[in-house]
Amino acid sequence: MSKPLKQIHLAAHFPGVNNTTVWSDPAAGSHIEFSSFAHFAKTAERAKFDFLFLAEGLRLREQGGKIYDLDVVGRPDTFTILAALAAVTEHLGLTGTINSTFNEPYEVARQFASLDHLSDGRAAWNVVTSWDAFTGENFRRGGFLPQDERYSRAKEFLATTNELFDSWHGDEILADQSTGTFLRDAKAGAFVHQGQHFDIHGQFNVPRSPQGRPVIFQAGDSDEGREFAASSADAIFSRYSTLDQGQAFYTDVKSRLAKYGRRSDQLLILPAATFVLGDTDAEAEDLAKEVRRQQVSGATAIKHLEFVWNRDLSSYDPDGPLPDIDPDVSDNHISKGRAQVRMYRDPLATAREWRELAAANKWSIRDLVIETGNRQAFIGSPSTVAKTINDFVQADASDGFILVPHITPSGLDPFADKVVPLLQEQGVFRTEYEGPTLRDHLGLTHPDEVRDERAAS
Amino acid sequence: MSSTSPSPLHLAVALDGTGWHPASWREPVARPRDLFTASYWADQVAEAERGLLDFVTFEDGLGLQSSHYGELDGRTDQVRGRLDAVLIAARIAPLTSHIGLVPTVVSTHTEPFHISKAIATLDYVSTGRAGVRVQLSARPHEADHFGRRTFEPISLESLRSEAGQERLAEHFDEAADYIEVVRRLWDSWEDDAEIRDVATGRFVDRDKLHYIDFEGRHFSVKGPSITPRPPQGQPVVSSLAHQTIPYRLVARATDIGYVTPHDTEEARAIVAEIRAEQEAAGRADEPLHIFGDLVVFLDDDEATAVARRERLDGLAGEPYTSDARIFAGTPAQLADLLQELQSTGLTGFRLRPAVAGHDLPAITQGLVPELQRRDAFRRAYEADTLRGLLGLARPANRYAAAAAAATA
Ligand SMILES: Cc1cc2nc3c(=O)[nH]c(=O)nc-3n(C[C@H](O)[C@H](O)[C@H](O)COP(=O)(O)O)c2cc1C
Repeated sequence: MSKPLKQIHLAAHFPGVNNTTVWSDPAAGSHIEFSSFAHFAKTAERAKFDFLFLAEGLRLREQGGKIYDLDVVGRPDTFTILAALAAVTEHLGLTGTINSTFNEPYEVARQFASLDHLSDGRAAWNVVTSWDAFTGENFRRGGFLPQDERYSRAKEFLATTNELFDSWHGDEILADQSTGTFLRDAKAGAFVHQGQHFDIHGQFNVPRSPQGRPVIFQAGDSDEGREFAASSADAIFSRYSTLDQGQAFYTDVKSRLAKYGRRSDQLLILPAATFVLGDTDAEAEDLAKEVRRQQVSGATAIKHLEFVWNRDLSSYDPDGPLPDIDPDVSDNHISKGRAQVRMYRDPLATAREWRELAAANKWSIRDLVIETGNRQAFIGSPSTVAKTINDFVQADASDGFILVPHITPSGLDPFADKVVPLLQEQGVFRTEYEGPTLRDHLGLTHPDEVRDERAAS
Repeated sequence: MSSTSPSPLHLAVALDGTGWHPASWREPVARPRDLFTASYWADQVAEAERGLLDFVTFEDGLGLQSSHYGELDGRTDQVRGRLDAVLIAARIAPLTSHIGLVPTVVSTHTEPFHISKAIATLDYVSTGRAGVRVQLSARPHEADHFGRRTFEPISLESLRSEAGQERLAEHFDEAADYIEVVRRLWDSWEDDAEIRDVATGRFVDRDKLHYIDFEGRHFSVKGPSITPRPPQGQPVVSSLAHQTIPYRLVARATDIGYVTPHDTEEARAIVAEIRAEQEAAGRADEPLHIFGDLVVFLDDDEATAVARRERLDGLAGEPYTSDARIFAGTPAQLADLLQELQSTGLTGFRLRPAVAGHDLPAITQGLVPELQRRDAFRRAYEADTLRGLLGLARPANRYAAAAAAATA
């Protein structure tokens, strides 16, 4: 007998501050007005998605010493927008990316515990570790963190917030009006933490929230990032949405769980995935090609080439050939505030390879950037896309996907209307929410049960 | 607003748990078990909005509540624990449409960059109804929650000494820097920075995004904000003040100061002092509201209100004292008092309901109609933004003005 069908988890990533988002399309709306966020969240909830996801960057990106102006710029405060979205949705999980370098545990724990109360148990935290001094210039504490300490701080940060969440057990508030006892215990919320990064003590002032702790996501990709996820996260937001890469990542990360005493179903793998739908597969392919051209204008192509060349290439014609000059391999990078820049570990080799590719295919700079950039993860008719997603999940390339539409805010609508019903027909996606909290949607146990399980074993 | 009223009176309500009296939670109307739910706060703000109030404030703090100023009291007979005020306000914003939402933020341990974008975002989700009440914390036990600074023990008495005043001045200077950074960040995007120019491929005009380059004793902040300029341009900034040093902050940096006069003479003196500081700060031309804070017990007759206060004091085991004057009486008596105080130059009042479940509806259903009969309060919301309700124009962007001056 074959193994039972896995249920798919689906989430919606609000279109981000990068060139995946096509702002030049006539259908593109505001990326900052609340009505856009409400539209997006309501579509996700109508489609019974597990959660909505927000990314975060704490300094406007720069290239060549100037604010990068070709992509969508600007976003709201993560906690504040999620709290407002809790008012216009009932079941949808609310996942916020919050940095562990430019925040303090007491404050972040208050904010997530408050969000969890105000949403009746739907809060989740994507813990990210950007540490750069460039971003640090916006903060009191500055860019004090050496790169190799980012995960040691992140780990201790998360452990400390967990101590704060657990400092209330859930039975402290009696509020007995007749006897006049409000708190069962004067020491409710007491905590002491002494570590390398934090030396704090006192009493936490938010009582235990419905989920106990927010659901924890992790998005780092390095070996350390993967270990961090295996030891402490409930889910990973990964970048591997193809079958082969997805399976490799899935196997790698799930194999790390055992040494932390965790089962394979206690860490979900949810890659980011773009999509383009058409009435037919051929139509979708044409559309996808067009979208990629919208995503990479001539000006954008030059800027992306600069990531590799690490030089000002503004004098080059995007419709002309690649530069003859070699990349600058010094450390001081032309682009600031982006995670993906560090992906090109050997710029000289990449440049050589790209020149050869361009010559062989007669590609201009813009053609090359489009062709070497990511294709959309899912392209096709609704039935093709539904089938592909299900095949990937059943083949353990992931446990589901965090979908990233390219149009704000309506880009998710066709997926909700056309793909989700097909997945529901196949019996691999919910038709009703299983319970009220995000933990229920994700099939995760409440932290109290985990603690009880460990105590019993 | 009726033309017979010389100047409209502004009314706000300060929300704090089940109300300001420490035994308020024991009243049958109090709902103490609901304090950590959204619906509790939604109901409170809906009631305030039915009463056409200008705004509500939400108290907050980075430690457990305490009956002592400078330390925890270990008590279990009063409400302890609270949710983040900015997030409560954001949660309520989509459920309301006119009332202003003014959460408290603690400037001492938080990041001005985070708070600036949080209040800007509150302004977006409320389409122009956000404000902020800035409070500092000199409490050693709250500093211990962050572990970055150590503060000496503090009490209200020690604050009155010379050393105490110096220390207070330092904290308030930091708060002034904090507000300056928050405000600069709100202006760091010009209103028309987003251009979506398909021809050139540019989403923003980066000449309309500004570094704020703030450098101060406690922090430096580069900017620009990651959040575009909020709908009101500058959300409303407010702060509570009891003496000269905080009056100076009110006068220099805020749009509303909450003050606590106990009679008209004191009110007149406070108003004079703040107006003088305002002039000294070069802000004489700018509108600055001065609101009187009052704790209120409201009933249909005075004896009932007084008896209720006494009964609650009995439950609490001691008479309730407050920095603000405590009023117990009828809506008509309160209206008389407010109008009398208004004559000293106060422009509005922030009422602290002793028992939220009782005194908030008494304000909206008793006091408000009484003031309306006297043509002293609005009969319908006349504006969609908090600045609009307070008669504050949408301010020009400091950086746009500077850029225009440079090219002129
Ligand atoms: C798919 C994906 C999405 C990410 N999104 C964010 C983000 O929104 N904000 C952020 O500051 N970092 C983001 N990151 C960065 C990581 O969380 C992490 O801090 C960074 O990659 C450095 O860790 P690493 O060296 O382990 O990859 C993202 C990373 C990945 C793979």
